[in-house]
Order: sequence, then C-alpha cells, then structure tokens
Amino acid sequence: MEALLEILARFLIGGVVISLFALSGDILKPKTFAGLFSAAPSVALATLALTIVSKGKSYAAVEAHYMIIGAVAFFVYALCVSRLLIQHHLSTLAVSLGSLLVWFGVAFGIWSIVR
Amino acid sequence: MRVRINFSAAKQTKWHQYALRFAFGGVVTALTGLVAKIFGPEIGGLFLAFPAIFPASATLIEKHERKKKERAGLAGIKRGRTAAGIDAAGAAVGTIGLAIFGLLVWKLLPFCPTPILLVTTTAAWLATSVLAWYAWRKL
Repeated sequence: MEALLEILARFLIGGVVISLFALSGDILKPKTFAGLFSAAPSVALATLALTIVSKGKSYAAVEAHYMIIGAVAFFVYALCVSRLLIQHHLSTLAVSLGSLLVWFGVAFGIWSIVR
Repeated sequence: MRVRINFSAAKQTKWHQYALRFAFGGVVTALTGLVAKIFGPEIGGLFLAFPAIFPASATLIEKHERKKKERAGLAGIKRGRTAAGIDAAGAAVGTIGLAIFGLLVWKLLPFCPTPILLVTTTAAWLATSVLAWYAWRKL
C-alpha cells in the first residue's frame, strides 16, 4: 500500500512539475531560449524530495551524481535532434523518438566506464 | 535578441494536450522511481536527466508552427521542423544548467536542508542556463 501511494505521489507531483516547466517553455520567446526549459530538471525536482524522505540523503546524492551523466547524454541527444531537424527537415516525432537510442547509448556507455 | 513572455502562446495548446503532458510527465516520473527501485540509484540517477517529454513538446512546436504558416497560406512543414530543431538547440545549451544542478545537489545534499537545497539548486540551474544561452548567442 505504501509503495502504491509513493507511485501515486510521484505521478501527481511529476505531472504538475513537468507541465509547469513545459508551459514556461510555451510562453517564452525566442525559441532557443524556450528550449532551455526543455532541459529543465523537472523529473529530478519532482522525485528528489520524495527520494530523500523515503531512501535518505546518501541514496539521493548517488542519484544526483549519476544524473550528471544523464545530462551529458541529453546534450548529445539534443544536438542530434537539432542537426537532423534543421539541416535535413526529417519528421520531428521520428527524430525525437529515434534519437532516444543516442541518449541510451551515451548514458549507459559513460556509466559502464565510470562505475 | 530580447527575451519576451507571450502569454497568448499558452492558448495555442489545447486542454487535451495539457492533459497529455500531465499524464506523460506523471508516468515518466513514476517510472523513474521504479527504475531506481529495481536497478539501484546509479541507473535511477541517469533517468533524472532523461529527455522524457521532449518528443511530445517538439512535436507540439512543429504542429503550432506549421499551422501558423499554413494560416498565412505558406507551406509549413519545413518551417515547423526547423522551429522544433531550434528548440532542441536551446535544450542542448540548457543541459549545461542541468549538469550543474546535478553536481550541486550531489555535493551539497549531505550538508543542506532539503527545501533550501532544492530552491538554491533550481536557481543555479536557471542562472547557469541563461548565462550559457547568452554566451552561446554571442558566439
């Protein structure tokens, strides 16, 4: 029951936080500036407080440490998406979903080296 | 180039698109928790910087831009995709702030009360991202 409540809390908090950051991106101009909000720490903000409460600070610190690798992977992912869309005008949905493989490759590649 | 806030842009997004974002964001956040529970905090940590709603947001940007051009009687597909690509370039710059956020949380967490930590690191994310964006514009 406790685990179910935690999942529900994560769902609700995550939904609100991510929607707010996405809305911020919608109303800001120019587009490159709005793009900063696409890389906001929304999932981290939604989950870190809950993780600290349920698992403790040292567990959350390990998560934050490895989040830096995730951010590097996000950088490479966003560069790929940007280049493919601006230079080749490929389908946005196909490029943004397909390039997630790049995120996985970079994130798990670096993780396997540094762990 | 000046940064502007255009509140009317929020009206372009329909209520079901907001609901979809909420649901998607909620599911991704819940899944991140499950990933950490199953595979441990290292793998869970990677997913704190997963581009979770990026595909949905980018597709929405393309759609809005395409419709805007089509209303003006122009072919909008190319322009829509370029607009989504420009947003992605901004996201790439924003990942510098994301990494700084992770670094500060990692280093400060043992010494800092949680509410102060989250406010401070969020402010650091915003400041770093904005500074990186201005530096990138100057290049």
